[in-house]
Amino acid sequence: MSGTNGASVVVIGGGVTGLSAAWWLARSGVSVLVLDKGIVGWEASGRNGGGASHYHSPLFHEEQRLWPQMDGLLGYSTEYRRERIIVALTPEQLAHYQYVASMHREFGYRVDDLDARQVREAVPLAGDNAIGGIHVFFGGHANPQRTVQAYAWALQDLGGRIVQHAAVTGIKVEGGRATAVSTTRGEFGLDSLVVAAGPQSGMLLAPLGVDLPLAPARAEMIVTEPAPLMAIGGVDGNGLYGRQTLRGNLAYGGGPHEWIDVDETGPKARPSTPLLRNLSRRVAELLPKAAHLRVIRSWAGVVENTPDGRPVIERLASPENVTITTMSGVGFGLSPASGHAIRDLVLDGACSFADLEKLSLKRFAGLPADWRRERGWEPAVMQAGAAETTVPVAGPNVAE
Amino acid sequence: MAGVDACSIAGKFQTPKQRFEVVVVGAGPAGAQAAIDAARDGKHVLLVDENPVAAGLIGLDVPLYYGGRATAAVQNRGRMLEQVFGANPLLEQAFEAGVEVLLGTCAWGAFVNGPGLNALPEPVVGLADEEKSWLCGFERLILATGARDLALSFAGWDQPGVMGANALHALLTRYEAFAGRRIVVLGSGALALSTALLALDQGIEVAAIVEVRDHAQGPAELVARVEAAGVPILTSHVASKARGGADGVETVVLVSTSDPASAPVEIACDTICQAIGLIPAVELLDVLGAKLTFDGARGGHVPALLGETGTSLPNVFVLGDCAGVAVGAAGADYALDWMRALMAAGDPSTIVCQCEEVTQAALLGVKHPAYLGPVSEGMARRDLGALSTDGPINQDQIKRLTRACMGTCQARRCREQVALMLSLSTQTPLSAIPLMGYRAPVRPLPLNVLADAEEGLEMSAGWDVWFGIPSQWIPYQDIGTDREARHVAALGGNMHL
Repeated sequence: MSGTNGASVVVIGGGVTGLSAAWWLARSGVSVLVLDKGIVGWEASGRNGGGASHYHSPLFHEEQRLWPQMDGLLGYSTEYRRERIIVALTPEQLAHYQYVASMHREFGYRVDDLDARQVREAVPLAGDNAIGGIHVFFGGHANPQRTVQAYAWALQDLGGRIVQHAAVTGIKVEGGRATAVSTTRGEFGLDSLVVAAGPQSGMLLAPLGVDLPLAPARAEMIVTEPAPLMAIGGVDGNGLYGRQTLRGNLAYGGGPHEWIDVDETGPKARPSTPLLRNLSRRVAELLPKAAHLRVIRSWAGVVENTPDGRPVIERLASPENVTITTMSGVGFGLSPASGHAIRDLVLDGACSFADLEKLSLKRFAGLPADWRRERGWEPAVMQAGAAETTVPVAGPNVAE
Repeated sequence: MAGVDACSIAGKFQTPKQRFEVVVVGAGPAGAQAAIDAARDGKHVLLVDENPVAAGLIGLDVPLYYGGRATAAVQNRGRMLEQVFGANPLLEQAFEAGVEVLLGTCAWGAFVNGPGLNALPEPVVGLADEEKSWLCGFERLILATGARDLALSFAGWDQPGVMGANALHALLTRYEAFAGRRIVVLGSGALALSTALLALDQGIEVAAIVEVRDHAQGPAELVARVEAAGVPILTSHVASKARGGADGVETVVLVSTSDPASAPVEIACDTICQAIGLIPAVELLDVLGAKLTFDGARGGHVPALLGETGTSLPNVFVLGDCAGVAVGAAGADYALDWMRALMAAGDPSTIVCQCEEVTQAALLGVKHPAYLGPVSEGMARRDLGALSTDGPINQDQIKRLTRACMGTCQARRCREQVALMLSLSTQTPLSAIPLMGYRAPVRPLPLNVLADAEEGLEMSAGWDVWFGIPSQWIPYQDIGTDREARHVAALGGNMHL
């Protein structure tokens, strides 16, 4: 490695995927350094729904194998809890959930169908409007910020390093290999590089001749004051994702996203919107016995999506010591497994437990330059009359 | 050609059914006068004020630190409305000037397009009464939201009878619903002295004024009036604990900050009024994305002013205490002096965040909350010092790890004191600790009040759990097979897990 500050493996991005990868590498005795432009887990990794049930992913079985062990492996609580219940309020929702259940069963996982009475027994906050649901005996949910910090601390406990507030300004390539990363806090040499920088990954990789097509977007969640704990906190449905936290709060998201642009420094702001009223409406419908609970916060997070919404987890052909990853907006729950996969790619050149071939970047060969426009995935044009276009008006003509 | 993403937020928000040229939030002297002047200038004006605050919120110390010392009178909505109207002569003038006045109506959010948000058809303020919420468009928003109470912790502060000065003013004058009879005032600045004089004027006994520094801080004229009324000012003293029973505070125990050998003083009282500082109510400004700046002399995090009343947003203005309170040159040092002395006289097991029951030891140890059980070996090694080696102290991060400031009072009782403790414990200037962000709704409102009862079809038709990208949820092994089309047809863009 070049440079005294560096490490054998440098990971760009202290989100949940980058930190898990670094932790897996440190478990293998590798010297590893994580760089983040801000604080670990400060973007989507620390502000999502916390779900851990991703049947669609090639990492699914590893996700399910690892989550029940994570508190012990990391040495810190992630607040992981197993199982989920999905509550249907309409026949369409029920048919949809039952279709998902049939796919779970094909994978060999247990899912029970619930009738209306069983839903109300299993979910004390549900109401008479519930017509049925499914009970998933795997998966579950964890606390995003606590989990990210657990990875970070566990990494440090193994001797790994994290440098926060170090925005990456460039990747140095010499002789067909990445050799160092330049940041606002100096240069860090490396033998291998992992790029896991969320929406910024594409911009960081472009100078290397790597085209990673990503569209950033903002999504929102709300949280209520605590309710009495339900036996299974992973309850959602009715167009929502979310959970009851171990403290009792109901945390839910869903609904429309806003396509935005970010630059290398990340999102300028993460505003939430009046969408919290539409989320409130759906949570009150899903859990009528909680409708009196007070909403105490809302927040927004920025995630990136690839053109097909599927991840990219790949060690590049050139520079061949660079491994890139984006989880395309679904990274938190899969993080124990994605970190393992990245560790395998960096150290062994291939994933030991799953086929990742279909997640290769090459599927985007020939993608038109205006793919975001084609999909309607571009930021809206500022509306006329909106705040920033308002002509300054005279201040109120009063004294205090 | 350009496609359409049916699940994106574009076009989902309807234009608000209600719209005013000028919306004023807060009907105190500054806000009410601004509303009257704008109406006389021919503008279509809405003036909203959250008073009378619902009894349930008063019980949560929202928006002021009422400390469980409101009488049952606050449950009588009709009487409270009459009280609020009667206590504020400007309200009648506002009606006469043609201002639309809504009492008992809070502003829980305000939204304008800006960085990361372009979806709003126009700027809106979110309003709510006890039954419903709605959005109101505006051309000009004038925030006159006042200030709230600085609360500091000591043993026993988490019982009825420990309250803030602004809340005491509200209960005595606006509501006539103060349940206390004998108070001790913490602080001796102008705020504390005027609070003591108001209480005396209302027939409340003031047992003592307590000052952590070695001399009274307020103007000599106020000091003289307090002393003339026979109220002792105990300087170089700090509260070490409050003792009490089922109805809350019964005594306060004071210890000397200058002479550790001197015996504690115990004073009988039913109320301990914290009059150490006021916090400009900038919640809506932060939600709006207006620029805030730290100015200790103006009360902490305050709006960056353009002229006297302008903010960084061209259509949002601030008036009165929310633009900054006159703390004076001592600025934040006074609150730091109090916090330092309270921590020295107190006990690390003292609760700092009442909602989440986070102790000072857990906060400064950056420990996970008690409901997660005993701390692991690794967690035992973690503390504020270890965290600060990773980078500058950030209160939002510490909030998420310890849950301090995450409760139902929306951190009104602990936000500032946590910042003071972090500053003192890490030798970080208070100004260098970033503001813990305010989030809508800035009042804790029920799901069924916030719920959009008149949601448009464009919102429900395009609603998806996540991004509505069908290919995202195809099981990996089915990608590229004929099963793909069947899944897309069944799932749409939904996964529901």
